[in-house]
Amino acid sequence: MAIIKKLKAVKIYQNHLLGIQGLSLSEVSKILNEAKTFIKLNKSSSKKTDLLRGKTQINLFFEPSTRTQSSFELAGKRLGADVMSMNIVNSAIKKGETLIDTAMTLNAMHPDIIVIRHPDSGAPNLLSQKVNCAVINAGDGRREHPTQALLDALTIINRRGKIEGLKIAICGDILHSRVARSNIYLMNMLGAEVNVVAPNTLLPHSIDRLGVRVFTDMKKGLDGCDIVMMLRLQNERMHGSFLPSPREYYEFFGLTPDKLAIAKKDALIMHPGPMNRGVEIDTNLADDINRSVIREQVELGVAVRMACLKIFCKKHNE
Amino acid sequence: MNKKYLINAKIIDPSNNIDEKGGLIIDEKGKIEAVGKNVSNLNLPSTATKIDLKTQVLMPGLVDMRVFVGEPGYEYKENFRTLSDAALAGGVTSVVSMPNTSPVIDNVSIVDFLKRRGRDKSRINIYPAASLTKNTEGKQMTEFGLLKRKGIIGFTDGLKTVQDPQVMMRIMNFAKQSNSLIMQHAEDNILSDEGLINEGEISTRLGLKGIPFLAEKIIVERDLSFLEEYNCRYHISQISSEKTIFIIKRAKKDGKIFSSGVSINNLSLNENDIGDFKTFLKLSPPLRTEKDRVSLVSAINDGTIDVIVSDHKPEDEESKRLTFAKAATGASGVETLFPLALELYHNQSVKLSRLISTMTINPSKILGIDKGTLSIGRDADISIVDINKPWIVKKNELKSKSKNTPIEDRKLQGQVTKTFVKGKMAFERT
Repeated sequence: MAIIKKLKAVKIYQNHLLGIQGLSLSEVSKILNEAKTFIKLNKSSSKKTDLLRGKTQINLFFEPSTRTQSSFELAGKRLGADVMSMNIVNSAIKKGETLIDTAMTLNAMHPDIIVIRHPDSGAPNLLSQKVNCAVINAGDGRREHPTQALLDALTIINRRGKIEGLKIAICGDILHSRVARSNIYLMNMLGAEVNVVAPNTLLPHSIDRLGVRVFTDMKKGLDGCDIVMMLRLQNERMHGSFLPSPREYYEFFGLTPDKLAIAKKDALIMHPGPMNRGVEIDTNLADDINRSVIREQVELGVAVRMACLKIFCKKHNE
Repeated sequence: MNKKYLINAKIIDPSNNIDEKGGLIIDEKGKIEAVGKNVSNLNLPSTATKIDLKTQVLMPGLVDMRVFVGEPGYEYKENFRTLSDAALAGGVTSVVSMPNTSPVIDNVSIVDFLKRRGRDKSRINIYPAASLTKNTEGKQMTEFGLLKRKGIIGFTDGLKTVQDPQVMMRIMNFAKQSNSLIMQHAEDNILSDEGLINEGEISTRLGLKGIPFLAEKIIVERDLSFLEEYNCRYHISQISSEKTIFIIKRAKKDGKIFSSGVSINNLSLNENDIGDFKTFLKLSPPLRTEKDRVSLVSAINDGTIDVIVSDHKPEDEESKRLTFAKAATGASGVETLFPLALELYHNQSVKLSRLISTMTINPSKILGIDKGTLSIGRDADISIVDINKPWIVKKNELKSKSKNTPIEDRKLQGQVTKTFVKGKMAFERT
């Protein structure tokens, strides 16, 4: 099913995937439609294509990551690209090299795509100004994690057929979350109604200006929701001054069967992972195959990243 | 030195309430001999060499209360010579230099070095500020009395704020007896910890940690409480938020005597200008909302804020070509201070004489120096401005050693054409 019907040759205007902010609805639709074609491929016995044969993809991860990095690596390989993952821990960056110098060095090797994750917001933007290849943001600081939002959208579409008109609650540590920001932009763009649910101390300033309804009471925030998106609460930050204790957080903001009951009967549970079981989500709910689509998110993540790699690589070669 | 006759100018000197067509005579010693409408072609000796200013504005040389030099320690960012060139091209003839050098200006021996370098290498008047605390660590106050005797006119930790309330309380108490001027950069370090830009919608969208306005307000409130008990000469270097203006207004109404400044950046730009992570707009205090900016302009108009500064902070390109979080803070600005301020005149936000007073007589009074005026007998520190001249800011044409201007490509109206220091023409635009 096409997200926008009668889609005629959609033009991609962006040279890089830096965030959902900056993408148009038709660009998003093209990525999601493209991703759909890869879902089947990823389930077949021969998963490899040669769409990106001869292309070079560099994964530049400045933050530890398991699922995103392996997902991008697999996506590139399945498209036939030569994929190189830089191990930053041992690189010159630790010796004081700046991001731009690293970028220029890599650029000299003529990659077609650089996938970057960086703890500083805006790092992919800076990189994109300095290199001659497509840059894909795999998460920057608190700003954006566009492929995560796109895979979340694909998961919802896969289950519900559409996003328009759905009520989506994003719950938890919104303040530090790039996943929350990207999802707010994307779900709004696709016509969903977005609630954010969090204690005041974990809400970014002026979050309501991003077009969401804000709740500090989970029972109100989940009321009538089709999708409940839980965010990872970083334990290391919990003992700081943001919250009294994990226990108090779980009591008021953890997803438990009684709180989930407020949402629609068939509401889906999502989580970008990795999960803190028993902190933001009840462990049985996380594994409930009727409600939780957490594993499906990972599965579709590969398809979405294949679509992004293909589209932006092609755009770069135009 | 020959006498100089500057004629056919529009003279604006807020300190003497002069706003009229006329001229100015500089005597052999570089002092102002006469000024005003009576100085004209008609009553000057025919042999005199006259400089016809063709109705351009003649005003006192500007006094910039907040300028960072690179000497000693960061000469690659700016030295006295390049600073002086930049200042003169901007009509600035006197600057207060901040003590955040390496080493920090916190003792008498460094002051001697600084004054010597400033005198030998620059053509403007350099008034070094010394730090409030040793090495700007916020712990041990510096020798106010001895430093003052060496010619230090004010004390500030520059980029830093004295955080410890007890230290600040004692500083103000001690400063009172030595009649020293204390200039505070108001920012609570814990509230602004790791903050990069104003806390608000933009910081949320860009995913950058915000600096709440409370970080500024709380320090101003604290210091004004101390001021009530220890009435020293106290100046808040730069105000950035509307909420702080309310505090200042109330305190002034209550009869407290102190002064405050604002950076031209906070008057001319807002947080939206940061756009796609423009590190050249990473400033301290941060650019805040348009509402804050408009309030700051009103505060200039109603006299709540006394002084406009450039907050000139040269940074080499390398330290700006980093991610926003890692990039250096601050913008080059002494050369564009007045032309950028003229925007507020051209768009009818602030009257010209008011604007000029915030960069001439007001800072001079606060600092207790004989500058910022065209009074007869004073040093002829003078700026001539073609007030309507359109031009475009190009970083490579700026004289400062560092090119980190926050207003690259901005179209401005008004440019300094000549600058005199102590009667000598130190700059002329060709």
